[in-house]
Amino acid sequence: MIQNLRMEVKKLLKDKKVDIVLGWEKGSLPLSSTPLFIHEEEDVDRLIFDETCRNNLTTYLTKDKRKLGKTYDKIGIIVKGCDARSIVLYSIEQQIKKENVVIIGVPCNGVLEKKKILRKTENKEILESKIDGKNVHLKGRDFDMIIPLNEVLCDSCLTCRYPDAPVHDIFIGKPRKEVDIKDEYKNVIDFEKKSSEERWEYIKEEYSKCLRCYACRNVCPACYCNECFVDQNDPQWIGKTPEVTDTIIFHLIRNLHVAGRCVDCGACVSACPVDLDLRIMNKKVEKEVKERFDYTAGLDINEKPAMASYCENEKQDFIMG
Amino acid sequence: MIGIEPERVQFSWISAGEGERFANIIEKITNEVKKIGPATRLVKGAKQ
Repeated sequence: MIQNLRMEVKKLLKDKKVDIVLGWEKGSLPLSSTPLFIHEEEDVDRLIFDETCRNNLTTYLTKDKRKLGKTYDKIGIIVKGCDARSIVLYSIEQQIKKENVVIIGVPCNGVLEKKKILRKTENKEILESKIDGKNVHLKGRDFDMIIPLNEVLCDSCLTCRYPDAPVHDIFIGKPRKEVDIKDEYKNVIDFEKKSSEERWEYIKEEYSKCLRCYACRNVCPACYCNECFVDQNDPQWIGKTPEVTDTIIFHLIRNLHVAGRCVDCGACVSACPVDLDLRIMNKKVEKEVKERFDYTAGLDINEKPAMASYCENEKQDFIMG
Repeated sequence: MIGIEPERVQFSWISAGEGERFANIIEKITNEVKKIGPATRLVKGAKQ
């Protein structure tokens, strides 16, 4: 597959269909990858795609555009299912012109969650690693481990319905097709059943860990505002302390800002340095949007955003008599 | 979802002409909130 991918990218560059291709190359540490910006054909051989390709590169099309150094007319980008859905979002929200981007889809088997791996190795340094279809082989100074892949994949990947790019120009490899997942909202449903006290206790405990580093916002493909509400001083929308009420408000507002837009790529969860359970609220909002508006973000490039369209028969059960 | 008491957050739709309905609903909500007492959750510096 990787050979076909490299060939295709070479062809695109040769035919001048794109000026640059965004992909991944091997990182300097085991089990890591780093973004690769391909301008020349000879760089193509460094391109990889496997379970370490965590980063959602689509942010280079919007907020991280200036990191590319100059503006490109035509950008090729290699995408997993969730990345492609972010591009759909950008197109719907008129952040990019679809015709300027060549979407190269690859079949994704899920990506590794570094934090889960470190928990397994008890934070010991990994010196060598190998991934074969089902297991991850790890070697360190005084340990040797084989971990089943599904124990160290991102939570989002474990309940991912759309591993292939739903919208693409080119697809390399065999699509996995839509996966039938039944319990993607299990955590949310279990949480909803708890009493108001129990829920408050959990939320308070979790969010009191937050350092307000904004890593979740910075990696989020849906958070591309030029000026974020948390950075504004005039007016100052929210308190800036790491006190738990302020952090809860920050996360709640962010949840609502990405309502109907979050593609559950899991970038925020992976980026969080204190391992906050950010996903439960994201999933809750996703579930609400799905139930109320029958909308899933990033699948149809011609659809209107859920929060910018109105339909007469929408549920209004939150309004009391 | 985050554990704010459900009585505290209520939505309603009242026309400007429905004065009596407005009064009734406000009274109902006030009573319900009085029953659960002052807020401690999501209040800065509150004992939790």
